[in-house]
Amino acid sequence: MANANAVFAALSDPTRREIFERLQSGGRSVGEIARDFPISRPAVSQHLKMLKQAGLVGDRAEGTRRIYYIDPHGLAAVRKWLDQFWDVALAAYAAEVEGAEKES
Amino acid sequence: MDQTIKPAPVRRSVRVSAPPERAFEVFTAGIGRWWPKTHHIGKSELDTLVIEPRAGGRWYERGVDGTECEVGKVLVWEPPSRLVLAWQLNPDWKFDPDLITEVEVQFIADGANATRVELEHRNLERMGERAEAMRQQIDSSGGWPGLLELFAQSASQERSAS
Repeated sequence: MANANAVFAALSDPTRREIFERLQSGGRSVGEIARDFPISRPAVSQHLKMLKQAGLVGDRAEGTRRIYYIDPHGLAAVRKWLDQFWDVALAAYAAEVEGAEKES
Repeated sequence: MDQTIKPAPVRRSVRVSAPPERAFEVFTAGIGRWWPKTHHIGKSELDTLVIEPRAGGRWYERGVDGTECEVGKVLVWEPPSRLVLAWQLNPDWKFDPDLITEVEVQFIADGANATRVELEHRNLERMGERAEAMRQQIDSSGGWPGLLELFAQSASQERSAS
């Protein structure tokens, strides 16, 4: 669950959350994001790096610019956790059905 | 461009050596016997889980101290073939009447004495939407961290247990 921990860390910072939310309306470059925030471009880059490490955003080259966009797989941390949860739960359920059958 | 991020539903299936009637009964009436004890929402240790056997019934957990915490509701009750539960835990892992994610379970006969149990947990994007709504409402640190912290805790518990 390194992913969920990284997502947690990345979104625990209010500025990073705002940057992340800003990307929901479409991909943007560092310069475009920096215009909307009272922080420097290197600071924006740093935040994007954290979001990228958490798997929340991806980037691609577009001409001379680098565009950052939301990576839907990052938001699926919820899904991943529930995936694991239901694995554990259904295995226990199947064992209960089989066990009860043997007893009866 | 206004795109909403929708995580795909969780889909799981398991085959059990019992007819659908029995599989349905163990899943519902017997849920307290198989639900992982590590996963509970109340402060007290988990005693049991209860699914009331009717559409509109409650789905709740009871702690060893007798306190009850709601997980959700029974949306569809069609024994022995289909069950839809509302999983109404918000990103702070508390019951939220305005949040409904659905857990559909189908019990499909597979041969004379076996059942394929197919589970789908859907509408997960609503958890994210709720987290955002709550964040805007209370302007605090918001729901995502609360939920994810819980995921992380739970995951490490599973790790140390295994």
